[in-house]
Amino acid sequence: MKKIKSVNELVKFKEIVLEKIKERQYGGKTTIVVRMGTCGIAAGARDVMMAMIDEMDKRNISGVIITQAGCAGICDHEPMLEVIKPGNPQVIYGDLDEEKVRRIVVDHVINGQVVEDWVLGQKAS
Amino acid sequence: MRCYRAHVLVCAGSACVTLGCHPVKEAILEGIKRHRLEEEIKVVETGCMGFCEQGPLIVVYPEGVMYCRVQAEDAAVIVSEHLLKGRVVERLLYRDTDTNKPIPFMKDQPSLSKQIKVAMRNAGFINPEDIEEYIANEGYFALAKVLSGMSPEAVINEIKDSGLRGRGGAGFLTGSKWEFTNKAQGAQKYVVCNGDEGVPGVFMDRSILEGDPHSVIEAMAIAGYAIGADQGYVYVRAEYPLAVEKLRHAINQAREYGFLGYNILGTGFSFELNIRVGAGAFVCGEETALLASIEGRRGTPKPRPPFPANKGLWGAPTLINNVETLASIPPIILKGSDWYASMGTEKSKGTKVFALTGRIKRPGLIEVPMGMPLREIIYDIGGGVLNNKKLKAVLAGGPVGGFIPADYLDVSMDYESVAELGTLIGSGSLSVIDEDTCVVDLVKFFMEFSCEESCGKCTPCREGLKRMLEILTRVTEGKGQERDIEDLERLSDFIKNTALCGLGQAAPSPVLSMLRYFRPEFEAHIRDKHCPASVCAALLDSPCQSA
Amino acid sequence: MEAATTKCRCGLEAELEKVLAAHEGKKEDLIEVLYWVQKNYGYVPKEVQVVISEKMKVPLSTVYDVITFYHLFSLKPKGKYEISVCNGTACHLRGAPFILKSFEKELGIKPQDTTGDNMFSLGLIRCLGACAVAPNISINSEPHGRMEPELVTKIVKALKEKSKLADCIE
Ligand SMILES: Cc1cc2nc3c(=O)[nH]c(=O)nc-3n(C[C@H](O)[C@H](O)[C@H](O)COP(=O)(O)O)c2cc1C
Ligand code: FES
Repeated sequence: MKKIKSVNELVKFKEIVLEKIKERQYGGKTTIVVRMGTCGIAAGARDVMMAMIDEMDKRNISGVIITQAGCAGICDHEPMLEVIKPGNPQVIYGDLDEEKVRRIVVDHVINGQVVEDWVLGQKAS
Repeated sequence: MRCYRAHVLVCAGSACVTLGCHPVKEAILEGIKRHRLEEEIKVVETGCMGFCEQGPLIVVYPEGVMYCRVQAEDAAVIVSEHLLKGRVVERLLYRDTDTNKPIPFMKDQPSLSKQIKVAMRNAGFINPEDIEEYIANEGYFALAKVLSGMSPEAVINEIKDSGLRGRGGAGFLTGSKWEFTNKAQGAQKYVVCNGDEGVPGVFMDRSILEGDPHSVIEAMAIAGYAIGADQGYVYVRAEYPLAVEKLRHAINQAREYGFLGYNILGTGFSFELNIRVGAGAFVCGEETALLASIEGRRGTPKPRPPFPANKGLWGAPTLINNVETLASIPPIILKGSDWYASMGTEKSKGTKVFALTGRIKRPGLIEVPMGMPLREIIYDIGGGVLNNKKLKAVLAGGPVGGFIPADYLDVSMDYESVAELGTLIGSGSLSVIDEDTCVVDLVKFFMEFSCEESCGKCTPCREGLKRMLEILTRVTEGKGQERDIEDLERLSDFIKNTALCGLGQAAPSPVLSMLRYFRPEFEAHIRDKHCPASVCAALLDSPCQSA
Repeated sequence: MEAATTKCRCGLEAELEKVLAAHEGKKEDLIEVLYWVQKNYGYVPKEVQVVISEKMKVPLSTVYDVITFYHLFSLKPKGKYEISVCNGTACHLRGAPFILKSFEKELGIKPQDTTGDNMFSLGLIRCLGACAVAPNISINSEPHGRMEPELVTKIVKALKEKSKLADCIE
């Protein structure tokens, strides 16, 4: 680490390091819930999760919470995930793979376009 | 920067270390490895979260689920259930003391509901060993603000307007102290942080030094700018090795990132910081004794004036502030004095950290606006008395403080109201005692403490306290005499008025407080040779009665 | 757990020289130097006091003065396991006196004493800062919370076993 030499540098540096703790701040943020029950994991939820983290990293997205939940009871559509954007209905996607999840990140999480093809259902939140 | 989907925060404050949090952390890391989750989950050690009684504590983010009393054996299920499958492990959740219902989220903890964290804003939330997490929480922004556009006078005025008073015990206006030191003549000046925390039963300074050392470093640099000092010392007591370690690490990091040293943030201001470790002596918390100890001498106090603001360390003007006082500075600079002054009462502004201990259901550290009724602190935040016993009194100010009896529980916790009851806010120690505690025995215990800690320099304190202890001992052994009450009062009065330093002046307080509120209990010891609480062994009617 | 060394002092003299050299000319570092000695020797022996006095140019009486003033330094060697019972307010209210009594009984010594075999020293300490999990003790500076008198026998026994084991390995 090189020294921070001015107030401007400090302000810029803070934006970068904010990433480090953003997972610990609540409220008003997009949340992605990956279903990680035994069935989900067996169906490849782990790869889906990794692909998603990778894509978020690559695109330098901040302010999104990635979390996980157990089996939703619709196991034959695993791997599944939900995207919850504040003020929007909760969108549930199913039958995912790595390719699909990368597109969800770009279309839905970044651009706000629901990827209708893989939607299992929507819930008012 | 890598993005993790979950953070596991392991509290590594002293209480949790004492209860074995390190093996728990190791076990969690091992579980994470076993399930190959290293890329997704980050484990972070934090400072004290304030729920010490429930330790070892773990909080899993982003949900903010808090697990209590976690043992190494529990790590495997936390990993396989929560971290892997997203299922909360119910058996390890905190349970409400009354309804026994589990409370999964940290933010819903009943004890947190009435708290406002200023001095403790980061403790338990960030990794104290990572300066970047501190910066991410606006760390060093207050220093930047001060250095890039405020004059020292403007800084001092901001602190003055906030109404912040010293949290080390005396409650002196911090802004005024800064002003005196600023005006004092001297080519070399010093800033000293008092981290001696010698009063047994309080641990907020430890918690801040361990959990958020950078807030103290930042505040000291701000103070240095305000008074015109380029050097500082942090004095930490020897009983706090973990705090010393975290602080040392933090100072090195601050230097590396350019917040300490030469020409900070390119503004031309320079500031250096050193650590001094104490060696176990309560009186070293007194400011003149503390300075003697920093100079490598025996820590005996000196008469004031001259005050350290004029003649302190090596004769140079020196500003001494307590850890908690300093930790409150950066938020005041950033959010403004109005914000801080909007909390608290007219004369006691802002928030204060209290350490709840003794016979209470939820012991720990809490931070509340000053002026909160004691009842709310004890019952709403602390959960009430252990085993639902009857509250007898709350002891404020530790061994040199006094009692607040159950009848006065609605007292507003500010400097003035508490002083009216004959005790003091002091450093914020609140020990709950119940009907099973004998006040005479307790006061004797405090007197032993004061005798032992008396530095011996002045006679009233050295000899007078010993006489008082003799009388108290005699009374607890059933050999008390009628005139003992009068003698105690006379001695107290004398010592209070003639002792050299705050230790001697305050040491008789518990005795006076006992005589004010619990005189019948004391008289029972003398006249009836009876200990109403059945504690003093020599005064028990028969062995079986107290069994 | 690192045991307070009282037996072997090989190499310590040389290290002391180094420590003293690092603090040369800085009288104000006296406490720091003593801290190092206490930690490494387990106490501050007379001959070390003399060396410190000479090298740091501080009168021997001052060295003695400082040692006896601060609780942390001792003039007597401590046992291999230094057990300190916290007797701060919080621990006192939660039963520290009973813990102390159990240790006194189990070890057969009073506070500030060391057992005949130099295995255990018993001491009192004022507040470790872990008051919320009172009563607390510390064993060679390592804190342990939520103590109970019933645990005392077990702790002492475990330490004895451990020491035996260590001796075997040596
Ligand atoms: C016997 C005695 C012990 C003290 N111990 C402490 C202590 O442990 N920590 C502390 O901050 N102040 C302690 N003080 C108060 C200090 O002398 C001093 O007032 C304080 O550090 C000033 O900082 P503040 O204005 O920020 O409170 C003690 C005072 C006396 C008389
Ligand atoms: S009183 Fe024992 S740890 Fe504080």
